[in-house]
Amino acid sequence: MERVYRKRRNNRQIPEDEIITLENVTKSYSTGAPALNGVNLHIKRGEFVFIVGDSGSGKSTLIKLLLRELVPTDGEITVLGYNLRRIKHRKIPKFRRNLGIVFQDFRLLKDRNVYENVAFAQRIVQVPGSQIKRNVPSILATVNLAGKYKNKISQLSGGEQQRVALARALVNKPAILLADEPTGNLDPNNSWEIMKLMEQINENGTTVIVVTHNREIVNAMKKRVITMKKGVIIEDEEEGMYIDED
Amino acid sequence: MRISSFFYTIGQGFKNLGRNKWYTLASVATISACLFLFGIFYSIITNFQNVVKTAEEGVSVTVFFNEGTSEEEILAVKSDLEKRSEVREIDYVSADAAWEGFKEEYLGEYADGFTENPLADSANLQIYLNDVSMQQALVTYIESITLVREVNRSEVTATTLSGINKLIAYVSAGIILILLLVSIFLISNTVTMGISVRKDEINIMKYIGATDFFVRAPFVVEGILIGIIGSLIPLVIIYFVYTHAIEYVISKFTVLSSLLKFLPVGVIFNKLTPISLIIGIGIGFFGSFVTVRRHLHV
Repeated sequence: MERVYRKRRNNRQIPEDEIITLENVTKSYSTGAPALNGVNLHIKRGEFVFIVGDSGSGKSTLIKLLLRELVPTDGEITVLGYNLRRIKHRKIPKFRRNLGIVFQDFRLLKDRNVYENVAFAQRIVQVPGSQIKRNVPSILATVNLAGKYKNKISQLSGGEQQRVALARALVNKPAILLADEPTGNLDPNNSWEIMKLMEQINENGTTVIVVTHNREIVNAMKKRVITMKKGVIIEDEEEGMYIDED
Repeated sequence: MRISSFFYTIGQGFKNLGRNKWYTLASVATISACLFLFGIFYSIITNFQNVVKTAEEGVSVTVFFNEGTSEEEILAVKSDLEKRSEVREIDYVSADAAWEGFKEEYLGEYADGFTENPLADSANLQIYLNDVSMQQALVTYIESITLVREVNRSEVTATTLSGINKLIAYVSAGIILILLLVSIFLISNTVTMGISVRKDEINIMKYIGATDFFVRAPFVVEGILIGIIGSLIPLVIIYFVYTHAIEYVISKFTVLSSLLKFLPVGVIFNKLTPISLIIGIGIGFFGSFVTVRRHLHV
């Protein structure tokens, strides 16, 4: 099939279906070796990608670069057509509204209930109140929390809290879901439940990128696996495995 | 921005007060304590300045004229002097009025022995000044008028009052500055701590795609509300304390109350209310605005 190309840059055409592009990306901090060193990465729309590697391999730096929390020292990052090296500060919020983000520590607003935590994400993107009242119960039903919308965050288990975080990340229908160690604080059952939800979300068209240490899940799900070590990608395989380097 | 979003951010500012009770309480208490001290000091200093001002108003310069100077000539000098900036008020005392006053004050029934006015050449002008520190300049001018025979003034009183005035001005400016700096330091520290604790909340908002305005607005509204509450509490307390303190002093120390005239609470609050509100709201606004900005670069 003939491929559709979006634009030409650095003598390379970015295919229309490529949603994330990293070209020779280096990120150095003031001291020590670069956290990322000349990384090239291409992720297509609708992919499910695991990013694995030991601590200090550059996974967190990669996520922060994709969120435009950090700016690369060298190289180009393009996400959904936004050049994250050149994007203006005032345009960052608009860019981030295309992303859903899930953290290991959930990062929920503990002084608000389940409904308010999810509705909060819609308020930020200025969705009308009447629409919020329809969208929030619907997304809470997707993550099996419809009956707990009035609960305080402190009344939920770890797995339930992560599902609220997932609902908050998804309620704005992001093109990309970034999950940074989403099962890091969960027991195996809850971990699987979260991963199943992510797979379901991916099947509905959302690109899912999961940074994880969970070998069992990575090896069982048979998805694309990108392995990082000391700031470089050492392996990138479809239906890959998380191989123990030691 | 949608109107509903605007009101949402304002509403969140109000709700945050309840959500972060301890922070709200600590901030309000800090602002209240600082502004209470400021208000008490302001009340005392304003009354003290009023006492000195009242004393100044009693200081006058008396001008006597050469023998044979007519009343018309004296009144012409009066109207000329009234145009000068140093002069607040001039009373013309005719020779007869001067004699009547002298008789009443010093002679009583013994005055009957005088058939003519012994103070025939004592018609004079009593000049009250706007500012006693200007006395010397005015006296120098008056002495240059050819009709003038003598100028009586109390140099010691004028110099002392002028000195006290300057001292009060410097001391009060110094103390107010120190109080303000301490208040700003304490309050901004409280605001900074309160907001830094909620750094995660700001981060989440930024990750989701909130604009800087959307993140900042509830914090700023919260800061302003804390500023308003924090400045109203000491104002209410000072209002009652001041009113009762004056009543107490007047009833217990009658000698003192005849010497000192306390300013009514309304006069004090005419300036204290806006000053306290501006300080409270200003610190609440800028404290939250600046502190949130530190966490916006996510």
